[in-house]
Order: sequence, then C-alpha cells, then structure tokens
Amino acid sequence: MSAHLELVLLVFGLIAILSLASVVAVLLNQRVVPGETSPVVENLLARIQAWWSMVALLALAMLFGRAGVVILFALISFAAMREFLTLTAKSQADHYALAVAFFIVLPVQYYLIWIDWYAMYSIFIPVYAFLFLPIISALRSDTKGFLSRVSETQWGLMICVFAASHVPALLTLQIPGYEGKSILLIAFLVVVVQSSDVLQFVFGKLFGRTKIAPQVSPSKTWEGFFGGVLAASTLGAALWWLTPFTPGQAFLLSLIITLMGFFGGLVMSAIKRDKGVKDWGHLITGHGGFVDRLDSVVFSAPIFFHVVRYYWSVT
Amino acid sequence: MKFLRKWLASLAGHSVSLVAHTVTAVRGIWDGVEPGPIQRVYFANHTSNADTVLIWTVLPPRLRKQTRPVAAADYWLTSPLRRFFGKDVFNTVLIDRRREERTEDPVKQMVAALDEGSSLIIFPEGKRNSGDTKLLPFKTGLYHLAKARPKVDLVPVWIENLNRVMPKGEIIPLPLLCTVRFGAPVHLAEGDDKEAFLARASDALLALSNGEDIK
Repeated sequence: MSAHLELVLLVFGLIAILSLASVVAVLLNQRVVPGETSPVVENLLARIQAWWSMVALLALAMLFGRAGVVILFALISFAAMREFLTLTAKSQADHYALAVAFFIVLPVQYYLIWIDWYAMYSIFIPVYAFLFLPIISALRSDTKGFLSRVSETQWGLMICVFAASHVPALLTLQIPGYEGKSILLIAFLVVVVQSSDVLQFVFGKLFGRTKIAPQVSPSKTWEGFFGGVLAASTLGAALWWLTPFTPGQAFLLSLIITLMGFFGGLVMSAIKRDKGVKDWGHLITGHGGFVDRLDSVVFSAPIFFHVVRYYWSVT
Repeated sequence: MKFLRKWLASLAGHSVSLVAHTVTAVRGIWDGVEPGPIQRVYFANHTSNADTVLIWTVLPPRLRKQTRPVAAADYWLTSPLRRFFGKDVFNTVLIDRRREERTEDPVKQMVAALDEGSSLIIFPEGKRNSGDTKLLPFKTGLYHLAKARPKVDLVPVWIENLNRVMPKGEIIPLPLLCTVRFGAPVHLAEGDDKEAFLARASDALLALSNGEDIK
C-alpha cells in the first residue's frame, strides 16, 4: 500500500468518529430544555467543531507532503510561543532576545528540519539559543529578575519550538521497508496522543474518583489516567498497519507516548497554575490555546522520535 | 479616482487588522457592555501608537464604520502616507494639540463629530504612558465632552499588554497576546464637578485592568 492509501483510510476513520461525535452532541443539545443553555454541551459542540478543523488542517498539510507539514508546525510553534511568552517573565531589556527567538531561532530550527541536518537541529536550541540569547539580554544591562527572564524564555523555546519541531522531524527518518511513508508516523503519533487526551477525559468523567495531583489539575484522576492510557495504547496497537512496527511494538510505543503526553499535560498545568491562568490562550474555541491542545504532543514527540530513530532508523 | 482611493483604504484597513491579529491575536472582551449600534465615546489607556489600531480591529465591522478615533494632527498630517491612513483608513477626527497656535477648539470638533452620529475613540491621558504607573491623570477633554453631550455613553476600554509588544523606542513588534476589554459606560452625574467626574472615569478604567478572564 502507498502512504496515500493508508492516510485516506485513516482520514475516513477520523471522519467517521467525528461524525458520530457530532451526531451525539447534536442529540444531547436537543435534550437541553428550550430557552436554556448547557455549558457542558456547548463546550462539547465547540470542541468537536475545533476537532473537525484540526483534522482538516492536518490532512491538508499532509497532502502537500513534507513542505506542508514543516510549514504547518512552524506556524503552530509561532502561535504556541506567542501564548507561552505572553505569560513568562520579561522586561524591555529582553526585547531583542525575544525578537531573535521569534524571528530567527524559530525559522532556522524549521529550516534545519527541512534540510534534514540532524546534528544541527538537535542542538541548535539547547546549545546555541541557550548560550546566545542570555548574552543579548545581558548586553542591555537590566539585572532585575535576570535568571527568571532568560530561563523562562529558554523554556518557551524548548517546549514550543524544539520539542514541537520533532513532529515534522519524523519525516527525516529512514526506515528500511518503510521508504516514503514516514509521514504516517506523524499521523500515528498525533492520533494516538490526542485520542489518549480525549479518552482520559471520557474515563475521568465516567469513573474518575481519585485525584492524582489536585493542586495542579483537579480534572486528572487515576481512573481517567489508566483508562485513557490503556485504551489509547490499544488503539495504537490497532493502528500498527500505519507503521513499521508489529502490533506489540505499536502498543509499547503508544504506551510510552501516551504516558509522556499525560505528564506533559500535568507539567503544563503546573505552569498555568503558577502563572495564575486557566488556559494558555483562546484561539481554539472550547479548548483554550494552542499550547493547551498540544502540551501532550510536544512532550511525547522528542521521545517518540528518538526511540524510533534508535531502534528502527538507519540514519 | 475617488473609488480607487476608497478601495485602497478598505484594503489597507483589512491589512492592518490582519497584521494586528497575526502579531497579537487580539481579542475584544465585552465586560459590562455589549457591542451595538449605540453612540459611544470609547476612552482608553494609551501606551502605544498601535492602540487605535487594536481597538479598531476588535470592533465589529459595522461599528468600525461609525467610529472615529480622535488623533493629533501634528502626527497624522506629516506625510502623505500618514495622511492617507489618518483620513481615509481610520477616518480620524484630527485635533491640534498646540494650545497656543490652534484655530479650532478640539472639544467643539469632537462634539461636531458626535452630532454627525459618529462614535469616538479618545485617549484621555493625552499622551503615551511609558512610565510605571498604570494611568496618567486625565486631561479635561473627557469632562467637557460629557458635559456637552451628557446622553452619550462613555465606555472605558483597557488595552492589555500592547506596551510589551512594542515598548517605546523599539522598532520590531514582539508577537504576544493582547486583549481589549470594554467596560460598563459612565455618565456625568448630577452635581459632578470636573475632578470628581474625571476621578470616577479613571477609576472605571483602572478597575477593568484587573478584570477576570471571562470567556
């Protein structure tokens, strides 16, 4: 099978699931007493609508192949970092450093992914941006809160650009017998991690009793965690035909990325609590911001990338 | 020619909005007042030259048409490009800030614009605030406007974060999220003197700056 055929199958599957979800949501909406509104149902409708747009956008980007995916994730990184750096500590002395982060570091990182320079894109932000951006800030001699300012900027770059860029970086992997199909690894990663988010939410709503870290996130429960992670990993095993893995390997990899995704959500919630906000942004109706929707993907992408690269790729 | 100019102005207006959205993902929050075709004077905090653009961007298009920013003639008439943006794109009411030389009374110009049915955007601090205080003391224009047309809603508008997008003296804007929060209107009350009214208006604006994030 060509990569396109498998993508088409996957997209049809997603369309079927979203259609089902839409029908259920509309039925629920009809049960709401006329003249009243139910915030839960409205949020559900908004979320499903946003899912339709996200699936459409990702499918469209994949249709354009490598260029489409690299550009899509560069734009997502831009939107995510715009949200992240809105909340971080900064002063006017950081203006150039932040401008460099947005307008030089971000495009260069994605350019390095585009030209497939692995040795550079895996150290560009952790080494070069890490050392040079504080120099730019220090040159403007404002020392108040300096360490917080430079650290939080670096954190924003690591999460929103470095980690997120490992999704399109999957395209550079050379796996014997899987040539020309690595775009399916992105589909696999995104579908499994995002399903895990949805399934954790569903299991949490149905069976959630024991909170994991109530101070960080009151909605995360052990029941939701186990149910969601196991169900999504089973889904991942069932999607083995998209990947170069056997069903057993697909299950294990899904387990790794859903665990990383879960803890990513937890860490990002802790940052939101620290900064006193509920959502990172407002651009995705019903979900909050880009960072709210992508926290699990950015935490799992680099680990998924390196595990697959180490065990399967020849480069 | 006139048609072309109008078309260009509309194109420029949309481009400016698009840039504002790209850089700031600006969101209007109507917190105590609804957007509607009611005559209003929007009075806002002033930290950046782009303040007007941000308010203008979050106003629904039908309200944009009837809302005119009040701006300084000494800024907007200095080059053909600024004149085009000032007059054709934003349809500003241009006032002369120079107390000694001016021939027209700014308050009379604003009242005349209100009498034509327009809403106004004004910055009662009178100049950009680049200091550490949230608001500078208001100039008296808002009071004279409220006295001349007491029925018009005076809507406080708090612009959040734009001073970080482009602090004074910087040329490159940073992409950061901004919000524009509209609050409940204030009016001149019976027996309000100038100081009492301006203090109340200023407090109403400051109160918005601590607004909760409502959806």
